[in-house]
Amino acid sequence: MADEPLVLGIETSCDETGVGIVRGTTLLADAVASSVNDHARFGGVVPEIASRAHLEAMVPTIQRALDTAGIKASDLDGIAVTAGPGLAGALLVGVSAAKAYAWALDKPLYGVNHLASHICVDQLEHGRLPSPTMALLVSGGHSSLLLSEDITSDVRPLGATIDDAAGEAFDKVARVLGLGFPGGPIVDRTAREGDPKAIHFPRGLSGRNDPEYDFSFSGLKTAVARWVEAKRRAGEEVPIADVAASFQEAVTDVLTRKAVKACRDNGVDHLMIGGGVAANSRLREMAQQRCDRAGIRLRVPRPGLCTDNGAMVAALGAEMVWRDRTPSAFDLSADSSLPVTDVHVPHTDFHGQAYHALGGGAA
Amino acid sequence: MLLLAFDTATPAVTAAVHDGTAVLAETHQVDARRHGELLLPAIDQVLRAAGVDKHRLTGIAVGVGPGPYTGLRVGLVTAAALGHALGLPVHGVCTLDAIAFQARAEGLAGEPFTVATDARRKEVYWASYDAEGRRTEGPGVDRPAELTPQARSVGAGALLYPDTFPGAHGPEHVSAGALAGFAAAELAAGRELLPNVPLYLRRPDAQVPAGYKAVLPA
Ligand SMILES: [Zn+2]
Repeated sequence: MADEPLVLGIETSCDETGVGIVRGTTLLADAVASSVNDHARFGGVVPEIASRAHLEAMVPTIQRALDTAGIKASDLDGIAVTAGPGLAGALLVGVSAAKAYAWALDKPLYGVNHLASHICVDQLEHGRLPSPTMALLVSGGHSSLLLSEDITSDVRPLGATIDDAAGEAFDKVARVLGLGFPGGPIVDRTAREGDPKAIHFPRGLSGRNDPEYDFSFSGLKTAVARWVEAKRRAGEEVPIADVAASFQEAVTDVLTRKAVKACRDNGVDHLMIGGGVAANSRLREMAQQRCDRAGIRLRVPRPGLCTDNGAMVAALGAEMVWRDRTPSAFDLSADSSLPVTDVHVPHTDFHGQAYHALGGGAA
Repeated sequence: MLLLAFDTATPAVTAAVHDGTAVLAETHQVDARRHGELLLPAIDQVLRAAGVDKHRLTGIAVGVGPGPYTGLRVGLVTAAALGHALGLPVHGVCTLDAIAFQARAEGLAGEPFTVATDARRKEVYWASYDAEGRRTEGPGVDRPAELTPQARSVGAGALLYPDTFPGAHGPEHVSAGALAGFAAAELAAGRELLPNVPLYLRRPDAQVPAGYKAVLPA
């Protein structure tokens, strides 16, 4: 529909400079510049390297998105940006850029939550999210179960990892196995050649008295490292594919079991899975099987939209405009630990006056 | 000429509008931790105070450091985005040159001197200037004890280390008015300014945050 809001979204919470453009729930452009290769030799994302790369990539990536969408910046109805959570210095580059564009173009600014954006991106694939939606977000930075009644205003955390994120465990195990960084795609590929039942690795927080919806991957990660090291010390060859497959099986088993349980317990018949780990083929397969069995409709965006990108921020921004949510003020700050319940960062009344004084309230 | 100038390379968040002859308006707030929050409102405020519509601007001048990176990038990415969105050229100015320009205006003209700002980690960003105001050394980042500055010195970095910089005085931080004045003079003289690229002077700290440490001792 031509009258649906046209929004540009900027995402710089980690190592991807993402700029997306959407019209309502239609994806028009998804430009990404990644600094992932610059981090590989360090075995993890180096914040300062990521921030430097964001600054260099920002304007070219914006222009690429505008060109792909075939629109002019002045056509936009709003600018959305990840205000948090994420790496503080990296977020700040995106937030500063978004403010400058919004101000220069006289468009409303929406500082939005990265996690809610991961959920909302599915609207670009499968249409508007049903209410309520259960979301399982798994990536290198987060592992959460979230229940959303309204993706622009109401996201409730049911559970989260108490130690490492699932993606971190993939990175660590990839390192232990000498497979490289980032670990997710390599472990997934390697696991296809292995037997997922070869080794029984522990399922964290799965005991009767453990918190129902929380996760723990630190123990699993350690168990894999110990198992591999014991083999090496004994002078035996490490069955890399079997270790990868068995580790991946343990992660996906816990994630999908808890997600389906959360749906059942809360009477929710839709499960959305997002975040970089949602690109994992075994997770998608197992989630589909378990959801089918439980009568739950599974919604997983295509892998390219599961990882961090600007389209997800634009998708949530468009929803903010569509639902007439209050824009952010120009003193919006980047918040590295923005709570998931803060779906967006509207200006307060005090800021509201400043916002209107800045001419931002004009229709 | 109608220049919008700003700088975030020192603890000051400063913005100014300059018409090629004089500063029309200037704002200056010192808060090293809030560059990101303060800059855009400051830019808006200074244009209002100058009575200049942003679409009438002819260029942007931005301090490209050296300075602590996180704050520095706020200014550079803002300049890049404004330049892109408004179709304006962005002129980079070495922040130390802008401080030197101001120091000369405040009485140091005709004397050689050194500008030093706080680079944290017990180091300063510095540059030296001759009696005509030309930069003769720097910009560099060093421990004060390793420097032999000019007899006169200015800047917060000089004030912080009196053993190296005896008798140091203001200006402490950069002012966007001086930065704009410097840029306007250089442009009027037909000289090129710097690209909008940060003067980091240091390589990035290649530190991966916790969570990636080895599980077992090697
Ligand atoms: Zn993410």
